[in-house]
Amino acid sequence: MPDLSSNFLGIKSPNPFWLASAPPTDKEYNVVRAFREGWGGVVWKTLGEDPHIVNVNGPRYGAIHGPDRRLLGLNNIELITDRPLEVNLREIKQVKRDWPDRAVVVSLMVPCEEENWVNILRRVEETEADGIELNFGCPHGMSERGMGSAVGQVPEYIEMVARWCKQHTRMPVIVKLTPNITDIRYPARAAQKGGADAVSLINTISSITGVDLDLFAPEPTIDGKGSHGGYCGPAVKPIALNMVAEIARDPETRNLPISGIGGITTWKDAAEFMALGAGNVQVCTAAMTYGFKIVREMVEGLERWMAEKGFEKLDDFVGRAVPNVTDWQYLNLNYVTKARIDQELCIKCGRCHIACEDTSHQAITHTVDGVRHFEVIDAECVGCNLCVNVCPVEDCITMERIAEYDPRTKKPIPAEYGNWTSHPNNPMARPDAGIEKIVPDAAE
Amino acid sequence: MNEHSSGLSGSIPVGQPDIRAGRLEAEAYAKNFSDLHPPLSPHEALVEADRCYFCYDAPCTQACPTSIDIPLFIRQIQAHNPKGAAETIFEQNILGGMCARVCPVETLCEEACVRNLAEDKPVKIGFLQRFATDAMMAAGEQPFERAAPSGRRVAVVGAGPAGLSCAHRLAMRGHDVTILEAREKPGGLNEYGIAAYKTPEGFARKEVDFLLKIGGIAIETGKALGRDVTLDSLKADYDAVFLGLGLAGVNALGAEGEDASGSADAVGWIAELRQTVDLSSLPVGRRVVVIGGGMTAVDAAVQSKLLGAEEVTIVYRRGPEAMKASGFEQELAQTKGVTIRHWAKPKRLIAEDGHVAGIELERTREEAGRLVGTGETFALAADMVFKAIGQTFVPAAIDGAAEALAIEAGRIRVDEERRTSLAGIWAGGDCIAGGEDLTVAAVEDGKVAAESIHRALMG
Repeated sequence: MPDLSSNFLGIKSPNPFWLASAPPTDKEYNVVRAFREGWGGVVWKTLGEDPHIVNVNGPRYGAIHGPDRRLLGLNNIELITDRPLEVNLREIKQVKRDWPDRAVVVSLMVPCEEENWVNILRRVEETEADGIELNFGCPHGMSERGMGSAVGQVPEYIEMVARWCKQHTRMPVIVKLTPNITDIRYPARAAQKGGADAVSLINTISSITGVDLDLFAPEPTIDGKGSHGGYCGPAVKPIALNMVAEIARDPETRNLPISGIGGITTWKDAAEFMALGAGNVQVCTAAMTYGFKIVREMVEGLERWMAEKGFEKLDDFVGRAVPNVTDWQYLNLNYVTKARIDQELCIKCGRCHIACEDTSHQAITHTVDGVRHFEVIDAECVGCNLCVNVCPVEDCITMERIAEYDPRTKKPIPAEYGNWTSHPNNPMARPDAGIEKIVPDAAE
Repeated sequence: MNEHSSGLSGSIPVGQPDIRAGRLEAEAYAKNFSDLHPPLSPHEALVEADRCYFCYDAPCTQACPTSIDIPLFIRQIQAHNPKGAAETIFEQNILGGMCARVCPVETLCEEACVRNLAEDKPVKIGFLQRFATDAMMAAGEQPFERAAPSGRRVAVVGAGPAGLSCAHRLAMRGHDVTILEAREKPGGLNEYGIAAYKTPEGFARKEVDFLLKIGGIAIETGKALGRDVTLDSLKADYDAVFLGLGLAGVNALGAEGEDASGSADAVGWIAELRQTVDLSSLPVGRRVVVIGGGMTAVDAAVQSKLLGAEEVTIVYRRGPEAMKASGFEQELAQTKGVTIRHWAKPKRLIAEDGHVAGIELERTREEAGRLVGTGETFALAADMVFKAIGQTFVPAAIDGAAEALAIEAGRIRVDEERRTSLAGIWAGGDCIAGGEDLTVAAVEDGKVAAESIHRALMG
């Protein structure tokens, strides 16, 4: 039986599934319900200074739906906790006492002055919480007051606050990063320089989910106006995965622990984040959509997959996909593929044809000998995978590697690896660049 | 038991025929004759629309006799634009509302749906078409505008699906149309045929009203060709003539006892039912036998059952595959409690005191592709026998013209553009040779003829 127990920065939890700092972790009541369902830990909803903030009294959320109103993306304009600091601290202490085997990390957001941080750290320590997470991510509301993503967008501020926190507390410090930047590596490096023990990402993405075309106002709409919110849920997962991978493979931050966040809905999502270097994961939207019970699927699914793969503990696969994330320039240009359509599975919808015909390379037939028939023309196929992606039937179209000769280029295919760095069309080509560059960091 | 072996046919109990109205509780009629399929809710429509793959050169569109761009209209539903979807449908088929209700989709668009290959569950195209067309008709909008007046006048004979479709397209093109209809109401089989539960709440009439909103169409009811007007006079008075005459005749059984009371043709009975406001006043037998294998047979049988008949049997001379009624219709009949007996043909109607008491049937089988009687007979007791063994074109209406219209296989011969053998006269719907006896095919005929007329008039 695989062991799912997690040790993230010395913070132990029975599994790597934590609830992210968000509405589900605002109160003892919710957190206790989550622990009963089996969540490994929580990051308590962000605490601020008294007087506590207030929230809007109109809608806080907007959403993007897929078929059958499946929730794909959620946007929120809720601020940090709107309860008194004392109440939160009391509840945190109680919960940690009652659930000693679960991780309880406290998210914090106070003005960018050392004194403010010193004061709140002292009070959080008294709760015996396991660690703190610095909320440098929220893109809405608090950022207008110089907090949240307003800090996360300035690496110097990140470094400065992280350093204060490390100086003034014995608790592990996690810095939560905003994705609302151009290159995630800079804030991650800053957090590391400031001494942070880990980063967590991504926080929500600045967004407007829609426009009410009668009111001509963004959604959610409050008295005819709307404000950008933070976007999360399944829709943001690809963005989050890339940012996690960028930090995990950055030579400067490759050893910096990562807590992965962003649209994690099933065990598989979690496994993907962890394969890209996340030591654990945090979940919010999936719980807000379906309730806390989803963790049972996550735990059981991850366990079964690990058993099938022969992984005994989380560390056996954490980061395992990182070496395979590389730069475009190192991709093997001698890896030539052609699409193959399984005629047994083909339902003749013609989407592969029209996608290729209208928008790509005119490499799929629609009629052969007067009969509706979809077949790949190897002499035109560039192996782009678009047909695979638009085909409604799973595994009907697959990509097959071909060797020796490419009927499209009418040239032999070199058997050996070759990338752009040594390609004759590259004005910057270095003839010596070659196989050793398959793993660009191998020499380090 | 109401079945007897051949030797015992004479032992059918003699008594007063049990034919009467009001077999059911008053509220049962409304329930029995309500919508066969309730319309999709908006959410159901969105979910169903999402199943459409938006196929390239879509097989469903190819299978539709009116070539409705089905993937496009479904995508419009998906995009919260049901009225746009309706316009896409009406562009090709102005009776898209009725076709959504009565088309045998399982042998047309839905049979062609690629989802059949994937999972044996086609997209519910008919339901989606109804969802879209209902949305526009409920809004009371007519999506098309008339072109500038052409000054040309066209006579359309028959206000059935072919005539209405032709008239609408001609009006769109700027021509003035007069429809001559022999019956009291327009609509043809939509009004007088088709099972009531497929088109409840006066939908046929509503659809005619919707279609007429284009303007430029006058309907003169109670005017029959051959009785009130002649083909020659129409030719003289109008720039073009379209004949959508339908099939006025019904096939006779040619069996002994056919004239006994209690024996009726199904088409006439269904028309009576469709025009009966209070269905509890319509008499029906306790035991009903329907002879035939088409839609009319099913419509007569199922509606007999819904009126309270206790035992209803469809008798068909061949097997289920040969029935013109679709698989769906056959299943519907059986679900509603109708017994279908295959491989039997009527030998004679058993009459008592001039009234039907039963029917004697001979078992049949196929020998080298030919249907033959086996000689073995049996009898079914019946209070009513309906004949639904096909309709015929009655050429009397067009007889006596200076020049005769060419006839082919008993119906009017037309070319691809629905031109008859006489210049200036077009025809479509069930009255033409090669007609498919489908509403949707009649609509296509009318549309094709209208475009041909338009080209001829403006050319």
